[in-house]
Amino acid sequence: MSSQVHGTQHFDKAKRAEIKFSPEAMQTVQTIISHYPEAKIKSALLPVLHVAQAEFGGWLSPEVMDYVASVLKIKPIEVFEVASFYTMYNLKPMGKCVLEVCQTSSCWLNGAEDIVKYIEKKLNIKVGETTTDGMFSLKVAECLGSCGTAPMLQCGASYHENLTYDKVDKILDDYKAEGKLKSYTDLDYKNTL
Amino acid sequence: MERAGVRLMGKKLLIHNDKVANIHTLDVYRAHGGYASVEKALKTMTPDQVTDEVKKSGLRGRGGAGFPTGMKWSFLAKPEGVPRYLVCNADESEPGTFKDRYLMEVIPHALIEGMITSSYALGANTSYIYIRGEYFYVARIVEKALAEAYAAGWLGKNILGTDFSHDCYVQVGGGAYICGEETALLESLEGKRGNPRIKPPFPAVAGLWGCPTVVNNVETIAAVVPIVNDGGEAYAKIGIGKSTGTKLISASGHINKPGVYEIELGIPVEEFIYSEEYCGGIRNRKKMKAVVAGGSSVPILPTELILKTAKGEPRLMTYESLADGGFATGTMLGSGGFIVMDEDTSIVKNLFTFTRFYHHESCGQCSPCREGTGWMEKILKKFLNGTANESDVDLLWDIQSKIEGKTICPLGEAAAWPVAAAIRHFKQEFLDVARSKKFVDVSHYDRLNKINA
Repeated sequence: MSSQVHGTQHFDKAKRAEIKFSPEAMQTVQTIISHYPEAKIKSALLPVLHVAQAEFGGWLSPEVMDYVASVLKIKPIEVFEVASFYTMYNLKPMGKCVLEVCQTSSCWLNGAEDIVKYIEKKLNIKVGETTTDGMFSLKVAECLGSCGTAPMLQCGASYHENLTYDKVDKILDDYKAEGKLKSYTDLDYKNTL
Repeated sequence: MERAGVRLMGKKLLIHNDKVANIHTLDVYRAHGGYASVEKALKTMTPDQVTDEVKKSGLRGRGGAGFPTGMKWSFLAKPEGVPRYLVCNADESEPGTFKDRYLMEVIPHALIEGMITSSYALGANTSYIYIRGEYFYVARIVEKALAEAYAAGWLGKNILGTDFSHDCYVQVGGGAYICGEETALLESLEGKRGNPRIKPPFPAVAGLWGCPTVVNNVETIAAVVPIVNDGGEAYAKIGIGKSTGTKLISASGHINKPGVYEIELGIPVEEFIYSEEYCGGIRNRKKMKAVVAGGSSVPILPTELILKTAKGEPRLMTYESLADGGFATGTMLGSGGFIVMDEDTSIVKNLFTFTRFYHHESCGQCSPCREGTGWMEKILKKFLNGTANESDVDLLWDIQSKIEGKTICPLGEAAAWPVAAAIRHFKQEFLDVARSKKFVDVSHYDRLNKINA
């Protein structure tokens, strides 16, 4: 699988045929769809893409986007144009834990740049890269609404705030020990809808 | 503040119960008077009477623009047989702002109660709470609260046995600052890219799926609860002039006590920054250098102008006082995102973080914003690299002046104003960096943590 971003990825028909939401994910998708008038189910696209990203390995491949289009009865391009607009959708494979360090003003004023440098050194990767074991990806993010608890990083649904180097050590150790994919939809999403 | 000889300062209406254990649950919220506004409105008031109270209250939109809420509601078109919608803007993304997150996380029912009461006034049978995607865990808290409200009959068919039925849903976004602009938000809610629409038509006429729609900020909707409970006049008595009621302020930066504070509009800025009740002064006994008072979009002010107006009067936390002097010497209350910087802060680099932000968040529809924000980021990068020339200061000024007023939505202004204000008040700092060909960076982490240790 090529790791090119945007529309240059190879579309694999065999892979596409295998993609299907689990019954639980499908139920979540149906619940989301029920929130909108019948003729307006395209509205479900953003939340459904979050479910798809969590379900299919933490990123949206062309095959997954094509599948989501079929579920919502819209054109694949309508999915791609949305997936490529918003920052939370990954269009290439990512590490299991995507660390997103906020870098905007209040976080910068409290040492966000130093936190980024510390993680880069610790994981031996630069911003935008993934560790060779596929465990961590490092990103910088624009204001995540945690200015009063700066500096901070987000990983999946979790906000880690008032960061220090010691805290970062612990967070990375814990995630590594757990070894699981972290999604925005974590925290018993399915049970709360 | 003195009003008729009575010191009213310190009144709280929105988060007065935020320290009560389990206030996020329906039972505890209800035990503290929750959902009284729904009972009062649905059983004793007509929808127009509710709108009248909101008008009387003088409540102004708390998302940043400060437009009178009652007036916005009265613009809502009401054609026969066409559904109307209330949409809550919980896409809080303005750098320095985290008040809505706090309110939804701690007292989610305050928002839901406001949604029901406001929807009754507007005749909306369906409402959506559009929460920024990064706040996924907050969306989950609100969804749980919604489920409780449904189970107890506060939502659904024939609420409290009346003719009013209402459904309220949460939608999460995908990560885009621009969706805080109300028409971009509606596009996003329709499952599209967050490109702001050309206005008119305004959402009040053609909003969600082309239907009449009111879009209000989280805090605005929550404020409807005390307005209905106590009456619009009682609300209007709090505050000063056209700045009525209370406001949630998100305080961050180099202060001793960052956090969300509910203030009565009208307290002096100096009191807010230095009193123990609020920010508790500047960290590590440093001097204050500058303040961004209303989120990253509003003009930054140096210490002397944020504490006192150009006329030498104490600057107050109101829409009018903060704007006193226009952009030459004043700023705006905006979203209430209050970022405080100490004497060791580089205004040049802070501006770089803002401009990088706007470049990243520009939706790309209008070329002045799409290209201009990128150019400004590149030029500011030159300052940080030590390769900027003195003429780059003029170039920055020129570019920002050509973005303002030339874009579909206010993101253009939001990107231009911080650049203009930084140069207006701190030009010497830019010139010094350009002349010395050297930018001296500091590690804020080391600086703050070493002094603390």
